[in-house]
Amino acid sequence: MSDIELSINGKSVRRAVEDHQLLVSFLREDLGLTGTHVGCDTTQCGACVVSVDGDTVKSCTMLAVQAHGKAVTTIEGVSNGVTLHAVQDAFHRHHALQCGYCTAGLVITAIDLIEREGSRLTRETVAHALKGNLCRCTGYQNIITAILDAAGCLSAPEQVA
Amino acid sequence: MRPFTYHRLVSHEHRRAILQSCDDAKYISGGMTLLPSMKLGLTLPSDLLDVTSLPGMCDVTIEGRRVSIGAAVTHARIAEDAALRAICPAICDLARQIGDRHVRNRGTIGGSVANNDPAADYPAALVALDASIHTETRSIAVADFLCGMFETALDEHELVTAISFGAPDAARYEKFPHPASGYAMAGVFIARTGGFYRTGITGASGQGAFRCEDMERLLNAGAPVEELASLGFDDLDIFEDRFGSRAYRENLIRVLAHRAVVHLKS
Repeated sequence: MSDIELSINGKSVRRAVEDHQLLVSFLREDLGLTGTHVGCDTTQCGACVVSVDGDTVKSCTMLAVQAHGKAVTTIEGVSNGVTLHAVQDAFHRHHALQCGYCTAGLVITAIDLIEREGSRLTRETVAHALKGNLCRCTGYQNIITAILDAAGCLSAPEQVA
Repeated sequence: MRPFTYHRLVSHEHRRAILQSCDDAKYISGGMTLLPSMKLGLTLPSDLLDVTSLPGMCDVTIEGRRVSIGAAVTHARIAEDAALRAICPAICDLARQIGDRHVRNRGTIGGSVANNDPAADYPAALVALDASIHTETRSIAVADFLCGMFETALDEHELVTAISFGAPDAARYEKFPHPASGYAMAGVFIARTGGFYRTGITGASGQGAFRCEDMERLLNAGAPVEELASLGFDDLDIFEDRFGSRAYRENLIRVLAHRAVVHLKS
């Protein structure tokens, strides 16, 4: 066991964890933050993406002990619980999800992408950036549109009221 | 995963002391290869020694034309480092093609080099740049370091601390990624320094990355780029699997080399 202290969605958390516990299992099972999903458990699908010190990571391929001293943001931390984050709102309006299993990872990824690239995003660069996030339902078109909308990069005909 | 004990190393003295008390220790940096292989039970260490907090492991230093990259520097940092891009943009472009953005935020150059996956990207660059691999005790020339698929000249528990190379005048990496895994079906790195070309090819041989001296002879002789199409690889151990025949991979090398040279001459 190791004692870890970290910030989760802005709150300081101190716990003892098994050294071999994955970050995603710590978030879901120890903290009850089940918005982060386990899809493939093989670093491929991106359902488990969270932000660690401002960098998106696959939490199925990081140990909880490796997050000691770091600031983690999960899907539960992106909005205040009343008003949706602009990216969540855009996903809603553009019907950018069907089953929703991949959505938490995609929203965390999209927020990071918009923070880094902002108004420079295009359909092509968004598609390329989503390489590490698999969606089996939508075919990605509405996801890309939603991200471009939230980034303020959407041309007028594509916009949805 | 089978239980193990995790240690965050703070100094090389600490590292040596812990190694003495472990049965089967492994170093972990980003863990992008190690953790998946531990989940599969392919490797079952008793102890994991996290090297990312060791001094100097996350430094990128440039002195004159000499570049040194700490072993725990992530692919994302290499892709985005402005000083590195100013002196050797090809290594940044290579790093940007590894895995996906989340993997690049964790995976490190030292971990990749120490693993020596025959389809990894960095080995092609290291071969073409005639890089040195530094450990806490010695510097190893890349030609001596890479010893075939997943094999290196590292002794047990010898730790890669940095990679260094002289920046070329120009270089280019062209890769054809496997559409599912993202690993190179073939990747060709071509560097030009003082008018001479040096090559590194990955993904195409079960022996790992290699130089193609026939290609270098053609390029150094100033042959037209079209002549790359006539290159043969009969004396090389080119890989064949269900994803691509030997002839297919040989053709990929010619096509990727052509693209790299056209870029270098433009």
